[in-house]
Amino acid sequence: MLETLMLSRIQFAANISFHILFPTITIALSWFLFYFKLRYDKTQDPVWMRAYRFWVKIFAITFAIGVVSGITMSFQFGTNWPKFMETVGNVAGPLLGYEVLTAFFLEAGFLGIMLFGINRVSARVHTLSTFIVAVGTSLSAFWIIALNSWMHTPQGHVMRDGVAFPVSWIEIIFNPSFPYRLTHMLVASGLTAAFLVAGISAYRLLKGDDKKAPKLTLKIALTVAMVLTPLQMFVGDLHGLNTLEHQPQKIAAMESIWHTEKNVPFVLFAIPDEETKTNKFEIALPGMASFVLTHDFNGELKGLNEFENNHPPVAPVFFAFRIMVGIGLLMIAVSWFSRIKLWRNQELPIWLLKLLVAMSFSGWLATLAGWYVTEIGRQPWLVTGILKIKDAATDIAPENVGFTLIMYLILYVVLMVAYLHTIFTMAGRAIEIEEISDEEMVKPVINHTTKESQYV
Amino acid sequence: MFEAETLAVVFVGLMGLSILFYAILDGYDLGVGILLPLDQADNSDTMIASIGPFWDANETWLVLAVGLLLIAFPSAHSYIFKELYLPTAVLLISLVLRGVAFDFRAKAAFSHKPTWNRVFKGGSLLAAMSQGYMLGMYIMGFESTFAAYSFSILSAFGVAAAYSYIGACWLIMKTEGELQVQAVMWAKKTSLVCFLGIISVSLVNPVINPDVYAKWFDWSNAIYMLPLPFICFSLFIYSYIQLKRLPAQNDNGCWKPFFAAVVIFTLCFVGLGFSFFPYIVPNTLTIWESAAAPESLSFILWGAIVVVPVIFSYTAFSYRVFWGKVQELRYH
Repeated sequence: MLETLMLSRIQFAANISFHILFPTITIALSWFLFYFKLRYDKTQDPVWMRAYRFWVKIFAITFAIGVVSGITMSFQFGTNWPKFMETVGNVAGPLLGYEVLTAFFLEAGFLGIMLFGINRVSARVHTLSTFIVAVGTSLSAFWIIALNSWMHTPQGHVMRDGVAFPVSWIEIIFNPSFPYRLTHMLVASGLTAAFLVAGISAYRLLKGDDKKAPKLTLKIALTVAMVLTPLQMFVGDLHGLNTLEHQPQKIAAMESIWHTEKNVPFVLFAIPDEETKTNKFEIALPGMASFVLTHDFNGELKGLNEFENNHPPVAPVFFAFRIMVGIGLLMIAVSWFSRIKLWRNQELPIWLLKLLVAMSFSGWLATLAGWYVTEIGRQPWLVTGILKIKDAATDIAPENVGFTLIMYLILYVVLMVAYLHTIFTMAGRAIEIEEISDEEMVKPVINHTTKESQYV
Repeated sequence: MFEAETLAVVFVGLMGLSILFYAILDGYDLGVGILLPLDQADNSDTMIASIGPFWDANETWLVLAVGLLLIAFPSAHSYIFKELYLPTAVLLISLVLRGVAFDFRAKAAFSHKPTWNRVFKGGSLLAAMSQGYMLGMYIMGFESTFAAYSFSILSAFGVAAAYSYIGACWLIMKTEGELQVQAVMWAKKTSLVCFLGIISVSLVNPVINPDVYAKWFDWSNAIYMLPLPFICFSLFIYSYIQLKRLPAQNDNGCWKPFFAAVVIFTLCFVGLGFSFFPYIVPNTLTIWESAAAPESLSFILWGAIVVVPVIFSYTAFSYRVFWGKVQELRYH
């Protein structure tokens, strides 16, 4: 029988992993939509409206799942981790509060106009609403990443009787890891949306959709991916250096460095063994880890031996990091190869389109793997140096936690199947629709229409 | 900098306002979900279209209310939701199901639409009932007795009826023709059930909570509160008379039942607030005992002073944009 602590951890991991998938898409997809709408306002070329109308529906459904799965989170802080709020609530609370006040209402308030209001407001107001929704999604990332980063690298507070009190909000928000984590996440969101747009557009082309819109969106998505992939590598590197400075034990686990040494090799593959504190089946590039992290082949890196009983489990962090980097490298290769082919006015071969379809949700895998690296890498701490996970858990009966966990898991599987099925159904349906007509352009973006008031 | 004592009162006020807004706003869209007729495809499309632009923003009030409880009264948040762990899980799962059903029903394969309609209706009903159950347990002080459970189940039906009532009133305002006639009938029936529910809560509450009894029957304080039940009662009569007149020529007064329902919700809420203040967990925790640090609350209060009026103005703007009757749905 599992204990409440373990069940609570699994439940929180399941909830937050499921939740983060959807904002990761919508944060960047909203900016894609804003760009489509802006281009339509400027050129009046119906293809932009066609792209907008198709993608706004996927946005709506993704946003809805993000909203409702996010509500769960606001309850879980108190139910499963009461000590978290009791210890650091004075810091965490206001950051969450600002997220709701400045971001959630903004998004939800203008989403209605964005989805259903196109023939009720002027083109300018509609484009502005799309813009405001995009700003709202990014703002919510700002606040939640500020809180998450503070949990990794806390500062700007004092501890009195075991409770954190804020001293400087500027220091709390702009804590050392915040700028890196925020940029890394926003770019990750950009890549996730870019590969989703590319993948679904490729799917439509594969199914014989010969319209302009999917070709256009494929091109735009690949351009975005081509720019963002190297940028993400650069930002990720900076983030890693920042982690080395503030959380060296996380780097030691990521690279599976058991003992402090110089000229540390970069391990391509191994099976880390916590018992013997060695790597089995190791394949490594000599000196590369030292070079990447200290920019010197002879640089010294701290090993896990310096953090006895105070470092994260090695294997999950080690593997998650390699999955993230591996997907990132694949993304670079695919986006550059495809985009250059398009540049030369060549058609993309079938196998490449199929690969793009297969990579529609590759951003999800990379983002989740990255979050696992950083979150598991903070273990055993919930808030570095302030609160350990095991001290934050609830005392609810394990049966109750277990029961709700099973309900959530079933729900998430059903929703995921329905979501993926619906997206591909929508792509399939879009193929059958003929080219956009003038009449269609002014219709509301989503099916519902309303007519002018008869009473005021 | 604000005083710690004042901050606790300000924040319980803000939280109360969010809960009230949530109950009214998500109340009507949950109500529309509960009323959804599964055998009338056209009407159900129109009904869902009437809440389409609003439901996301409506649910945000719940996030704000729970967020304020978490931020301002963290120990009360963990106390309440540990007691209500299972009903909370049911509430969350039903909200998730109805939220996604809203989108899936229009976008998934057409053959799945009736299934998603059923999920939408069931999710709405379950969400309303779990909220009612939680309210009942809260009033009963989270006791594990047969009486507490029976009262909470009664309260679950009461809240479902209240949401259906305000939902039906919303439909009267937003629809026309045969659907409006149907909505008037729903509103009549549900207003009766809602009325009985309110009476039973109002009777049970002072009987089981001596402090509540003392408050309502202490003449020096309660003199301002005692008209409240009478106004509430008159509003039900007013609403019923208005419903009898509807649908009217030129749709005169189609907004009146909704207006009455909003005022009834507000009065009930004020009554509940009066009963328990300054306790945030009945008879256990006061707002001052559980309030977070004043420096944190001041920081967020400054933000709220700036942001909340902005939220009100763009919410008003959104309602203005979608003012008027819902028309039929079109597919392309």
